[in-house]
Amino acid sequence: MADSRVLPLGEAEWGGGVSPYAVGHKKLGMWLFLLSDSLTFSALLIAYSYVRIASDQWPLPFHLWPSIAMATVMTFLLLSSSLTMAFGVAAAKRGDTRSAVRFIVLTILCGVGFVVLHANEWMTLIDEGVRLWSNPMGTPLFGATFFTLTGLHMAHVASGVIYLAVIAAGLPGNRFHHEDVEISGLYWHFVDLVWMFIFPLVYLLSVAP
Amino acid sequence: MSTVPVEPVVEAPRNYLNASYGVKSWLLTTDHKRIALLYLVTITILFFLGGAFAVMIRLELATPQGDLMTPDTYNKMFTLHGIIMVFFFLVPSIPATLGNFLVPMMIGARDMAFPRINLLSWYVLTIGAVISISAAVMGGVDTGWTFYTPYSTTYSNTYVTLMAVGIFIAGFSSILTGLNFIVTIHTMRAPGLTWFRMPLFIWSHYATAIIIMLGTPVIAITLLLVGAERTLKLGIFDPALGGDPILFQHLFWFYSHPAVYIMVLPAMGVVSELITCFSRKRIFGYSFVALSSVAIAILSFLVWGHHLFVSGQSVYAGMIFSLLSFMVAVPSAIKVFNWTATLYRGSISYDTPMLYAFGFIGLFTIGGLTGLFVATMAIDLHVHDTYFIIAHFHYIMVGGTVMAYMGGLHYWWPKMTGRMYPEGWAKFSALVLFVGFNLTFFPQFILGYLGMPRRYYAYPEEFQVLNVMSSAGATILGVGYLIPLVYLFWSMRYGERASSNPWGATSLEWQTPSPPPTENFTVTPVVTEEAYTYSHEAPEHV
Repeated sequence: MADSRVLPLGEAEWGGGVSPYAVGHKKLGMWLFLLSDSLTFSALLIAYSYVRIASDQWPLPFHLWPSIAMATVMTFLLLSSSLTMAFGVAAAKRGDTRSAVRFIVLTILCGVGFVVLHANEWMTLIDEGVRLWSNPMGTPLFGATFFTLTGLHMAHVASGVIYLAVIAAGLPGNRFHHEDVEISGLYWHFVDLVWMFIFPLVYLLSVAP
Repeated sequence: MSTVPVEPVVEAPRNYLNASYGVKSWLLTTDHKRIALLYLVTITILFFLGGAFAVMIRLELATPQGDLMTPDTYNKMFTLHGIIMVFFFLVPSIPATLGNFLVPMMIGARDMAFPRINLLSWYVLTIGAVISISAAVMGGVDTGWTFYTPYSTTYSNTYVTLMAVGIFIAGFSSILTGLNFIVTIHTMRAPGLTWFRMPLFIWSHYATAIIIMLGTPVIAITLLLVGAERTLKLGIFDPALGGDPILFQHLFWFYSHPAVYIMVLPAMGVVSELITCFSRKRIFGYSFVALSSVAIAILSFLVWGHHLFVSGQSVYAGMIFSLLSFMVAVPSAIKVFNWTATLYRGSISYDTPMLYAFGFIGLFTIGGLTGLFVATMAIDLHVHDTYFIIAHFHYIMVGGTVMAYMGGLHYWWPKMTGRMYPEGWAKFSALVLFVGFNLTFFPQFILGYLGMPRRYYAYPEEFQVLNVMSSAGATILGVGYLIPLVYLFWSMRYGERASSNPWGATSLEWQTPSPPPTENFTVTPVVTEEAYTYSHEAPEHV
């Protein structure tokens, strides 16, 4: 290195996106954030599984109707939102801002629908007497793990909705690059993916007999 | 020198220090070099604060009776010492100061990938530190730095929740720094700087950043659960509600064991730079040293169970964790052997940074080998929760990390400030530190082996001689830290001016003036060779 050649300043690419990885700063940053965040959820899911296995009277409070049916609809909404998000990203890449915004708004609507149904689910459980520290069905911890896990996920969905709204609002004025849309998409797909773990572990394994 | 030499009035060339003045230019800077100095100030304050608690511990233990403070106060002293030192000094120490300053420079970049996030991470750490210190001032915490449940969740009447919040916030500082490092190293290397041409300092910071990204969210959510359990009766660690206190230990050590490598990997990176520079030799087995950092990062996540040998974990799990813990010794030993092999037939000079590097190798080896003792289940049953453990991890944390930190600080001081430190004083204090350190902690190995438990404020009289030795050593150690504090400050104004490359080192940060200009390089460097292309020449001094 002692006898390095020199180039005038500015000739090198400083914004990322260069070979061999061809990934921009923001996108790589988002991937790393998601990697990190996945460990947050892993910790909670593993803690939940641990205490659940250790308990011999874990509550099974979810009836096929309405809880499981509703949770299935929620799953359907989230999965569809990932599809619309993917369409939105593709449209933004084509430079078709109008339909990109339309698809992102659809995604937002699915997200809002998810949160509303989920909040309704919470209210039902609270009406049945489930609290953070107690519940009428069995191990008191059920409420704590259920509300923590789904609450953290719901917070992620809600922040995702706000994030997408900001992107959708700024897209027509060219305030965002199409890669920004893709990055917000990464976040959205991640939130979706996390639900794919929560749905079976929390709901499908706890169907009322 | 009896008279102060009259310095010729020459306008100093523009550099990052004189580019702008005023408090605002520092508090709103996005220059990674200035942020590194902000961190340096914060971390130095926290280090001496954590040290003050250690002084209280050693004073109490100078006599067998509990005569200086109540047991409650003593519990708070060792807890605050641990919390401040681990979460607010050791974890950020090398990455946030030297790493922040050097990662962009060593890869030939103008700044971090996310300069504003970099500044944000300093603010986040500072806010976390202020909250934690206010928890300490309001009444302290007495759970030990490990926050073991159910004591921390149910029984302790101290400011556990506030302290947990402080550490939770500081965790985000780590995550943001780690994220910044990975993106910077991936995308901003100068032309020609391929992965296997990177200085080992960069490799070790990359590995550290991986651990930070994967581990920190787990401790964050765990401490949040502890806080929620105290305030909302969440119960996940409370058997009465169906929870399990052991679960806390699993989650806690899933981060806190890898955190040991967050602390020591950057130190290993520093030592690789020092050893090669001061023996004027290419590192022995570059790719082994580089990849052993990555191996340590991966293995570090598979060994947490060795903290639970006596906690009611299954014996078979214990055996697996014991085996995996032994495996971490392999990449660690690769590094030590390769540093030693680098020294072989090198032209070694004994400048201060090199003295610290030697200190690191010796002390880390002792710390690492005693780590194998405690990874052995049968021995761990005997020494668990004794001073043997205290001695073991202080040999890694202080003997390893802090020694390398001091070595790195001296080595890069001319680059950071444009001034040389006084070599005589620096050598003297390195020696004082080494002697003080060993006198403090070696007796603790013996104490622990003889059965003195940790965290007790009084002890049987037969242990007094060794405890007095340890307290005396701590005094020497304290002096060893105060001397550099004084002369480093002094040198910022009165030190000899440093040339751009006072050590004749090869990495990119030495190819730009000391102190560097704000944009680091006036021309983008192009790398055409491997790292450490030293020839056997003595460094040209200043």
